[in-house]
Amino acid sequence: MSNATDTQYGGSAHGTTKSYIIGFILSIILTVIPYYLVVNHILASEMSYIVISVFAILQLLVQLVFFLHLGGESKPHWNLIAFVFTLFIIGILVTGSLWIMYNLNYNMVER
Amino acid sequence: MFGKLTLDAFPHEPIIIGAAIFMALSALSIVGVLFYFKKWKWLWTDWITSVDHKKIGIMYIILAFIMLFRGFTDAVMMRSHLALSVGSSHGYLPPEHYDQVFTAHGVIMIFFMAMPFMFGLLNLIVPLQIGARDVAFPFLNSFSFWLTAVGMVLVNMSLVLGEFAATGWLAYPPLSELAYSPGVGVDYYIWSLQISGLGTLLSGINFFITILKMRCPGMNLMRMPIFTWTALCSMILVIIAFPVLTVTLAMLGLDRYLDMHFFTTSFGGNQMMYVNLIWAWGHPEVYILILPAFGIFSEVVATFSKKRIFGYVTMVWATAIITVLSFIVWLHHFFTMGAGANVNAFFGIATMIISIPTGVKVFNWLFTMYRGRITFSVPMLWTIGFLITFTVGGMTGVLMSIPGADFQLHNSLFLVAHFHNTIIGGVAFGYFAGFTYWFPKAFGFKLNERLGKCAFWCWLVGFYVAFIPLYALGLMGMTRRLNHYDAAPGWHPLLIVAAIGTAIVAIGILFQFAQIAYSILKKESSQDTTGDPWDGRTLEWSISSPPPFYNFAITPHADDIDAFWDQKINNKISKEKPHYEDIHMPRNTGMGFIIAFTIFIIGFALIWHINWLAIFGLVATIVCVIKRSFDYDTDYYVKAAEVEKIESEFSSRKK
Amino acid sequence: MLTETLTNNHNEHEEHHDGSTNSVFGFWIYILSDCVLFATLFAGYTVLHNNIYGGPSAKELFSMPFVLTETFILLTSSFTYGLAMLASHKKNKSQVLLWLFITFLLGLSFVGMEIHEFSTLIEEGNSFSRSAFLSSFFTLVGTHGLHVTSGLIWMVSLMAQVMKHGVITKTQTKLACLSLFWHFLDIVWIFVFTIVYLMGAI
Repeated sequence: MSNATDTQYGGSAHGTTKSYIIGFILSIILTVIPYYLVVNHILASEMSYIVISVFAILQLLVQLVFFLHLGGESKPHWNLIAFVFTLFIIGILVTGSLWIMYNLNYNMVER
Repeated sequence: MFGKLTLDAFPHEPIIIGAAIFMALSALSIVGVLFYFKKWKWLWTDWITSVDHKKIGIMYIILAFIMLFRGFTDAVMMRSHLALSVGSSHGYLPPEHYDQVFTAHGVIMIFFMAMPFMFGLLNLIVPLQIGARDVAFPFLNSFSFWLTAVGMVLVNMSLVLGEFAATGWLAYPPLSELAYSPGVGVDYYIWSLQISGLGTLLSGINFFITILKMRCPGMNLMRMPIFTWTALCSMILVIIAFPVLTVTLAMLGLDRYLDMHFFTTSFGGNQMMYVNLIWAWGHPEVYILILPAFGIFSEVVATFSKKRIFGYVTMVWATAIITVLSFIVWLHHFFTMGAGANVNAFFGIATMIISIPTGVKVFNWLFTMYRGRITFSVPMLWTIGFLITFTVGGMTGVLMSIPGADFQLHNSLFLVAHFHNTIIGGVAFGYFAGFTYWFPKAFGFKLNERLGKCAFWCWLVGFYVAFIPLYALGLMGMTRRLNHYDAAPGWHPLLIVAAIGTAIVAIGILFQFAQIAYSILKKESSQDTTGDPWDGRTLEWSISSPPPFYNFAITPHADDIDAFWDQKINNKISKEKPHYEDIHMPRNTGMGFIIAFTIFIIGFALIWHINWLAIFGLVATIVCVIKRSFDYDTDYYVKAAEVEKIESEFSSRKK
Repeated sequence: MLTETLTNNHNEHEEHHDGSTNSVFGFWIYILSDCVLFATLFAGYTVLHNNIYGGPSAKELFSMPFVLTETFILLTSSFTYGLAMLASHKKNKSQVLLWLFITFLLGLSFVGMEIHEFSTLIEEGNSFSRSAFLSSFFTLVGTHGLHVTSGLIWMVSLMAQVMKHGVITKTQTKLACLSLFWHFLDIVWIFVFTIVYLMGAI
């Protein structure tokens, strides 16, 4: 039953040397830009939060596509479905917790 | 050398010494029996090292029943103490002991009774229902079980060695912080839950993959039996919720062990975050327990009404919706903490909404029964008892989802009555129904009906006698976790009634043990030779009872929701002798047990602050895990001839 | 879309009992649960990061060039692990071992830098007991560090297995699992870098 030529794990695709190099270069660029913006105080602080968050999300996408090859698997995309669902619930848990804790701190903590 | 472990840790109170002697005697008699009948080798090769999901399932259920006994003993102590502890009388439990009793009751019933019972039934049935030969990761399954067992051993060890937490079952800080709970009780709590929680998470992943990837040909998702569906959704909840528990308890542990300040009263710690996080796990947890019970009722109601389940698709979607919604209601456990009107309104409404899919399910069960040919067998009785009891419990829950009402009822006995109404009426009744229903499949003979009915009626009547007074007491203003009260508010008579109810439930539990013992003694007369004692509908009934270790000699094909019923009605069961092939099976291994034991050493050493032993345990664990990963010889093939021999024995028994 | 996936999977039973497929998918699900674990730690950090209790705040503590170096090391190690995976698809044993070894060295230096950062903080009196902010900082970053450390132990064990058995289906499966783990830790670090260090420096 073990097939020696089978290199498709979990029906997922794997990359090429080229895709890994592209991913690596992109990830370096997406690290350097927000670093430069923050360390040299280029933007106003509120703007900075938004911009570096956007860069973090772009970086996440780069890693998912070029290194983890998410979405490249054969149908049904269980890897992707499970990932998106988990992100959705994480979103609920984290924003919910922050919302609750903000309100609790606002109402209940002596200031 | 031995950290906090000194002679003082050994028991010196009469009740605890009594419990210690009882435990020692039980352990000694088991060891004695094993020596007398020379069963050690059998125990090791057939059970401890087994990776067979059916045997692991049976071990989970045995563990659950032992813990039911322990947890219920705590309940009897609480109720009898409260019936006595009025006015000038102070009962028989000192406050610090009483606090440990109610904490242990909650922890044991949820983590070491309900959870193992659920995983026991899942292990026993899910692979059979989907036509698989084992779970996706059999070794991991054995490891998970032994982690649960380690957690159980630690909890019970606290009875005789040291103390258990006296904080309530969720161990809220700051009470559970080192400053206010300097003993080892909370450490027992943390490590037993961390270790068994790891087992639960691994099991969750295991069954998730099993259900998604190991279904037999033809069984697409919309043909899965409802029990498998609810198991799948419950496992999704396990995978997402349990890491939150792990982190929360780890933070509490870091506060206690490394002097950190997550939840302390000074240095910027925030206790409210603990309450928030623990309930972000805690609310999904109750759905982890109840969803498989819903699945069991669906199977039972269809089988004993001789009808296909009403509204299969709505049942599936209701389950899926509950799965998602269970993540947006957790704040209703702490409305009174003061998050304000907007937050409370949001979570209150979400809580009301989650009762809708549950209501859909109740109607589906009722309509399945409607115009069915109902057999009032024991599993069906539990189901009908559930429908009424759980609906009452659900209604009182909706009542408390209104934040204004909750401010009145929070932490009162009304709340205690509400969640026992849903957990006993839903979870416990469900698992008992499943236990009775699938018992013949696991062991090859039926449980005695008459004793089962006695057990059911005692449980049902006892439940109402014990908990309806608590609703009234809650409305009269009695809060939970009280260990003594005045005569003036007039609570005493109701508490005596509640104690009587507990006694009736105790008789029910005795009937359950009697039922099991009697059925084993009389098993020759209640043999199930057909493998299908209830005229079942799903694939687990298509093979012999108990099933052969490889489950299915020929991989089945599912063409319908009720796959086996479809085969029976449409004459799809071939009469010809099938062609058997070699079957690929996992090899038994003791590594699951051994690694769990090394983790036990870590847990024990950390509880008692024995640093060298903890490091030794950690190194031993890593070495064992690596040793296991170097083992490439983990499976083998069962020869077709052997399969044929076993199968022909079954068909000759059938005739 | 969900209904479509619910009904259109008749063909997946062909994978029945295929161990390596299930292992990698199972490991992916474990990683998703690990995501929740880190998400909870991030939530804890976000709630507590202003509770400095008179101690130092993020802005006063961290050396940004140091953190940037750590980030580069980890990103590079992710890339070299990818090259190890490519070599494993080609069944090139010596290249697999070479790239794994380079990844290991990079991972080890990352952990070394983190230990250095932690011990410097503790020596300066800014330990995890100083304030709730520092407790949550040490726990979040430390948990990531512990993950990297266990990844390193796993990598050594895998190198030994590849040496012993060569690049066969079983070792390939294990390499694929560690690959998921390693890239995942990279992603977690991106968020540590952004939320803890960059946002702390604003």
